[in-house]
Amino acid sequence: MSHPATPVVPETVDGAATPPADGEEIIRFAHVGKAFGDKVVYEDLNLDIRRGETLTIIGGSGVGKSVCLKMLIGLLKADRGSIRAFGDEVTTMDERALMGVRSRIAMLFQGAALFDSMSVEDNIKYPLREHAWGTEEQMDARVAEVLELVDLPGVQKLRPSELSGGMKKRVGLARTIAMKPEVVLYDEPTTGLDPITVRRINGLILRLQERLGVTSVVVTHDMDTVFTVTNRLALVYQRRIAFVGTPEEARHSDIRFLREFIKGGRGVLQEDLS
Amino acid sequence: MSGVQTFFGAIGEVAILTGQTARELVRRPFEVKLWIVQLEQGGVQSWSITFLTAVFTGMVMASQFAIGLEPFGASLYTGKLVSLGIVRELGPVLTALLVGGRVGAGFTAEIGSMAVTEQIDAIRALGANPVRKLVVPRVVAMVIALPLLTVLADLVGCLGGVFITMLEVHISFRFGIEQMIDTVDVPDLIHGILKSAFFGYFIAIISCWVGMNTRGGTEGVGQATTRTVVWTSITILISDFFLTRFFLAIYG
Repeated sequence: MSHPATPVVPETVDGAATPPADGEEIIRFAHVGKAFGDKVVYEDLNLDIRRGETLTIIGGSGVGKSVCLKMLIGLLKADRGSIRAFGDEVTTMDERALMGVRSRIAMLFQGAALFDSMSVEDNIKYPLREHAWGTEEQMDARVAEVLELVDLPGVQKLRPSELSGGMKKRVGLARTIAMKPEVVLYDEPTTGLDPITVRRINGLILRLQERLGVTSVVVTHDMDTVFTVTNRLALVYQRRIAFVGTPEEARHSDIRFLREFIKGGRGVLQEDLS
Repeated sequence: MSGVQTFFGAIGEVAILTGQTARELVRRPFEVKLWIVQLEQGGVQSWSITFLTAVFTGMVMASQFAIGLEPFGASLYTGKLVSLGIVRELGPVLTALLVGGRVGAGFTAEIGSMAVTEQIDAIRALGANPVRKLVVPRVVAMVIALPLLTVLADLVGCLGGVFITMLEVHISFRFGIEQMIDTVDVPDLIHGILKSAFFGYFIAIISCWVGMNTRGGTEGVGQATTRTVVWTSITILISDFFLTRFFLAIYG
């Protein structure tokens, strides 16, 4: 699988990464609607994602940030509207066609979603085996390589129950990137972790962007994450994307909710405290 | 949504899952390793509970019939009644109810836990099919294991009956066995075994469907497990009537 050239991600104010210059649009949500029973999550979701960037999606609890990621890879079906990934319409794909999309767009789940019955090694080999990635020796080498990348060498034989929360997230990330995806979706990658582990995970997101050139979409509540990894920021508010822009633009936005959201702290959002 | 709508919606979803399972069952390569794991966990590990239940059921039946038939001078027919009752009905049904409770609850708890921790979503996101990975092995295992367990139940249940008949009616072991062999025809055996294959399918498909639709964290897993035991038990008992009528119409 080919990858775009690694973008340059210099540190700027607050450690945030600067956006790659005019990356090609690879994902587009257009007029997407989604409801669960009577609860309308999205009325008119419009968003584009550019190659090489790290887009962060923020918003209150339960507004549908994760739903947005799951619709993108077909884990949830949109009720209406269009979602295009690499030029192909995702909403009309069957499960078989979606597997092609999922080999290019991988997702790190909120709780890492490691398979309890398997070792770390088997967890990471899972997608490799499914896609007949290579010989057993090649897969062993790949497992070691991705574990090295997430700073967890030598944990192949451990079970998920033997790992801490932060280690689970990192093993989950290793499994996510094992197939060398072009886009990585992070669903609350730092929730429930201590500040040092949060910084480590943030560093990993940046490192993956730098080394592998992956496009990242990060759903988070954590302002440290927002200001460390973000090129562009999207706010989910009132069942749509109410703002898209750089973190700096967000600070001076006309949307009071967004300004207060950001001011809510570089740790936990005000909304979570209420 | 009304209860009737929910009920028929559930039947529809189970039917759809059955279709998906059938499609994935014949798709190569076969996941034989996963099938064997489930056969071991669902089938082999259920032999002791099947053995105990069947042997005591056979003994209880023989005790009741030996006493009940005495006033009519028909105690010698105890072995006939016990063996027919066990092979045609109690063997398959009791085995299904017990294994359904044990294994079905386990299937739902395991798959339900995977559902609430997004592991099923992860399977799909990693390019695999959850029906192929989770449902097919369990359906295959139960459709194979339950008839085998039923044969075991038939055998030990009848032997338990013969043992008590020997004590109560004072027949010889040889007479008891010969009476059992004379009474039970091949269609009786096939009748019970085919029914148990259907029961195996019901247990696996219902418990997997409930598991995959589990919501609401650990509390949801507990509720789903209870639901599975109730639904599989009811399905076994109701379907037993229709299957019995169907096989009686075929085999007499």
